[in-house]
Amino acid sequence: MSASSVHSLWTTAAPVADKFPTPHIEYAQLSPVLIVFAAAALGVLVEAFLPRRSRYTAQVGVAAVGLAAAFAAIVALADKGYGTTKAHIAAMGAVAVDGPALFLQGTILLVGFVAIFTFAERRLDQRAHGNRVDSFAAQGSAVPGSDQEKAAVRAGFTSTEVFPLLMFAVGGMLVFPAANDLLTLFVALEVFSLPLYILCALARRNRLMSQEAAVKYFLLGAFSSAFLLFGIALLYGYAGTVSYSGISAVIDGTAPMNPALASTTGNDALLLIGLAMVTMGLLFKVGAVPFHMWTPDVYQGAPTPVTGFMASATKVAAFGALLRLLYVVLPGMRWDWRPVMWGVAIITMLAGAVIAVTQTDVKRLLAYSSIAHAGFILAGVIATTPDGISSVLFYLAAYSFVTLGAFAVVTLVRDAGGEATHLSRWAGLGRRSPLVAAVFAVFLLAFAGIPLTSGFAGKFAVFKAAAGGGAMPLVIVGVISSAIAAFFYIRVIVLMFFSEPKADGPTVAVPSVMTSTAIAVGVAVTLVLGLAPQYFLDLADKAGVFVR
Amino acid sequence: METLIGLLVAAPLLGAGVLLTGGKRLDRVGHWIGTLLALLSFVFGVVLFADMLGKDADARTLTSHLFTWVPVGGFQADVGFQLDQLSMTFVLLITGVGTLIHIYSIGYMAHDERRRRFFGYLNLFLAAMLLLVVADNYFLLYAGWEGVGLASYLLIGFWQHKPSAATAAKKAFIVNRVGDIGLSVAIMLMFTTFGSFAFNQVLPQAQQASTTQHATITGIGFMLLLAACGKSAQVPLQSWLGDAMEGPTPVSALIHAATMVTAGVYLITRSGAIFNAAPDAQTAVVTVGAVTLLFGAIVGCAKDDIKKALAGSTMSQIGYMIMAAGLGPIGYVFAIMHLVTHGFFKAGLFLGAGSVMHGMNDEVDMRRYGGLRKYMPITFVTFGLGYLAIIGFPGLSGFFSKDKIIEAAFAKGGTEGWILGGAGLLGAAITAFYMTRVMLMTFFGEKRWVPDAEGHEPHPHESPSSMTIPMIILAFGSVFAGAFFSLNSRFVHWLEPVTGHSEGDSPVSAGTVTAATMAVLVVGVGIAWLMYGRRPVPSLAPRGSLLTRAARRDLLQDDFNHVVLVRGGEHLTRSLVYLDHSLVDGVVNGTAASVGGLSGRLRRLQNGYVRSYAVSMLGGTAVLVAATLLMRAV
Repeated sequence: MSASSVHSLWTTAAPVADKFPTPHIEYAQLSPVLIVFAAAALGVLVEAFLPRRSRYTAQVGVAAVGLAAAFAAIVALADKGYGTTKAHIAAMGAVAVDGPALFLQGTILLVGFVAIFTFAERRLDQRAHGNRVDSFAAQGSAVPGSDQEKAAVRAGFTSTEVFPLLMFAVGGMLVFPAANDLLTLFVALEVFSLPLYILCALARRNRLMSQEAAVKYFLLGAFSSAFLLFGIALLYGYAGTVSYSGISAVIDGTAPMNPALASTTGNDALLLIGLAMVTMGLLFKVGAVPFHMWTPDVYQGAPTPVTGFMASATKVAAFGALLRLLYVVLPGMRWDWRPVMWGVAIITMLAGAVIAVTQTDVKRLLAYSSIAHAGFILAGVIATTPDGISSVLFYLAAYSFVTLGAFAVVTLVRDAGGEATHLSRWAGLGRRSPLVAAVFAVFLLAFAGIPLTSGFAGKFAVFKAAAGGGAMPLVIVGVISSAIAAFFYIRVIVLMFFSEPKADGPTVAVPSVMTSTAIAVGVAVTLVLGLAPQYFLDLADKAGVFVR
Repeated sequence: METLIGLLVAAPLLGAGVLLTGGKRLDRVGHWIGTLLALLSFVFGVVLFADMLGKDADARTLTSHLFTWVPVGGFQADVGFQLDQLSMTFVLLITGVGTLIHIYSIGYMAHDERRRRFFGYLNLFLAAMLLLVVADNYFLLYAGWEGVGLASYLLIGFWQHKPSAATAAKKAFIVNRVGDIGLSVAIMLMFTTFGSFAFNQVLPQAQQASTTQHATITGIGFMLLLAACGKSAQVPLQSWLGDAMEGPTPVSALIHAATMVTAGVYLITRSGAIFNAAPDAQTAVVTVGAVTLLFGAIVGCAKDDIKKALAGSTMSQIGYMIMAAGLGPIGYVFAIMHLVTHGFFKAGLFLGAGSVMHGMNDEVDMRRYGGLRKYMPITFVTFGLGYLAIIGFPGLSGFFSKDKIIEAAFAKGGTEGWILGGAGLLGAAITAFYMTRVMLMTFFGEKRWVPDAEGHEPHPHESPSSMTIPMIILAFGSVFAGAFFSLNSRFVHWLEPVTGHSEGDSPVSAGTVTAATMAVLVVGVGIAWLMYGRRPVPSLAPRGSLLTRAARRDLLQDDFNHVVLVRGGEHLTRSLVYLDHSLVDGVVNGTAASVGGLSGRLRRLQNGYVRSYAVSMLGGTAVLVAATLLMRAV
């Protein structure tokens, strides 16, 4: 391709310079995203200009206020009807403001808000030289085990940078499910992925493992981004546009032909390959088999508060983007992607549940459980009915709080080396700390989908939608997987309550009000969504219409 | 008045609740509480009876709807009571005889440290039985029915430290469960057929349904009969009754006279409309009744245990009642009349037997009695009057009621009438024989007393007045009740509005039947006197004929049950357990093992190397792309 043809590709694809319209940005409707990014930028400034001793308080305050304000903005938008009647596409076609976007953004903001509490916990680890410390490395740049690190620990340093990083990640996640063209999708993906890579590397204990996890995550994430980007290029080649509605129109055959792209436009091979690759990029983020292999390693290595945040919020954002892609861009293609997604959902459910059976580390166990849950959610995604959308929305909200709570409990069970995550160390926990064990049992029962927990309501909604969408075999596989999964969830409960405690077993640290709040919120949401799910199901139902 | 029906049931129920939950504090007064509440219930019954007598014969039914018990869509079960003449008769019998047995038990159980509990169970028994007879629908009746089963289980096994008592209680319970299945199936069939459980809905529709849904009605009839066989110890579900003698003697009296075994007769009489509409089921009822009346009588002849002999007699007498109830409108009234007179004399006989045992160190073998009339004059006289009543001595209660049943059997007409009447007469002869045998072996002849296991010589003595007074009262009933009922056909007129009555068409005159009854009576008593009165009774049972030996073993019923049901059941359960272990567990454990194995193998794919993760992603993407393209190609 010559330079001139590249030039003409750019110039013809986009309007010519003199007709370039002034970008019209609906600031009010984008306010949730803008507030979060502003708070993140403010966090960077805090890091740069405030003295060390006041940074922690300032960062926690900025992050909490920012997320709360953004959530308030979401509620205000939804109240004005942007989720339903006034749903439209803002920012020059880049970002959708509609029901699913607002619902998922609200969920992500709440998850982020609770995650701040687990990030800010400073009572669990023993004091380092008289200073209270959190789960994060004293100084991320110090080589593990070096003198520099020891000096940093002695000086009582803490990585308060995690709060702006968290805010940037949340900002990216807010855009991800709302992205209405492929480039915005890609940018949002990178915006939330990069801070997560860094956060994964920042564990205070087991730093080498943490850094290994971050590198793995980064490499594999970059690898999948490459596929995603290549897929985007192919789709552009097919449709001559990256906008969702534009591609959708070409697929439906309703778009005017762009003469400059006549040679490639409508080439179904481009469409199908591009579709498969973009889907793969998103499946990587949700942790579907066979793109799941990073999950256990990263979940295990990352600082547990980060794991909890990542496992819940990333999944919400990524499933949001996947839903929008499949429902807005590709509805006309569902006979092409449905069988493939069926296969992915089935092996994801089965592989997640089966491999989890032999796990011995509680964080890895939860990682495989999250893979199995990704499979369950995929079953709802594949339904391609309005019920499918709302059931997935509900499931994501329910699942993310259970996950956050469960990982928060994991941070409490500690021994001399930090968190005691090996399952054998959890034996008899129920005898020594009945409350903590009972709370964890509630989360496990919710994961297993036992009635009266949010897990049951979510699973029921998803499977019902899948059955309604004609995916009965998926439901059967889902129920079988749930049965397998129930085995290892219940096994942990049995281990906690019906085994003799070990003599040198771990202690359960008494958390500050921070982690207690996070866990309490997790339990409350789990039980409320389990006991009285109707209001929230209705809410998800109302929010379940994509703007096109 | 309507509320009084509820209180009738509530009083003993309250007693049961208080006594069973009250704990040791109530040990000293528990038996008085129980007795007073039973008496209170009897007083309520009498008040209701007086009120009922003041009304016209056709307007005597009292109903009271308490609340809707199970409101589920089209399925509605009510708690409501219906008190008509039939229920009233039972109420008076249950509370009256029941109260006397309570009073008797104060003395009989004086030395038992669990006496409070015993009275609690007795009260529960009364409450359940009362609920059964005053319920206005089958669903509530079933509740009472099960309550009776529970209370009988608790009371038969009251001396649970004896393995035989525990086994007997279990046996009674299990055999009753078989009958209960019949009742529950019948109730379900009723609901699907008539859409209701209420007597006033189901029964009026039965006649009409017999043409449209004949098979169903017949099925209901058979299932009701099965239920009645269980509770009333009729062939083939009679085997529990003999073993139930393991309970304290007042319990036997209660079971045999006032509660429990009468429930089956009540059920059949109450469901008369259904049986009238299902002639096949009715034939089955008379057959069961006739067979049982002979069966019980034969068993009664061979038993040396005084209580078991009386148990055989109960079986036989209930057989008379079931047979009468199976005769239809000719017999319902006489079934109930015999039930009431039997209630008096059988309670009296059992209390007498208890009194004898009380004086004889709890010895039950009649071959070790003898000559007791001098030592226990009151027991002798009251027992003797009960004896005369049961064999149908002219003028006493049993004479009137049994005679009427035999007459009604003949009045059935045709071959059937002759067979049934003949069975009734034969039964009367055998009754006379075995009851005379009991009487002679216990109160007459030589002393054959032996010391008990601990070496105590028996010192027979008259029982305390708390025991003798109930016996005396019951003896009055045994003597006069029949004549009172029969005068001007009083009882017939009393029950007719509920059960209906027809005279039937007897091929033989009433006088002939009476004469025949008298003749067989004399024959039976005579043979017994020849065998046990004139000759000394051996203290060890002779080997006896084949029939005697079979009868001693309850005509091999237990052997039959053991071989057919117990062994069969054991084989069935054993093979099911084997299947469960090998097949079900095999599949379950195999699945678990294979999932675990698969998991272990898949786990190895997760080797920690980024390069192999990347390869799997690459491969996955390739498959994804290929599959997507393939889908289009296909």
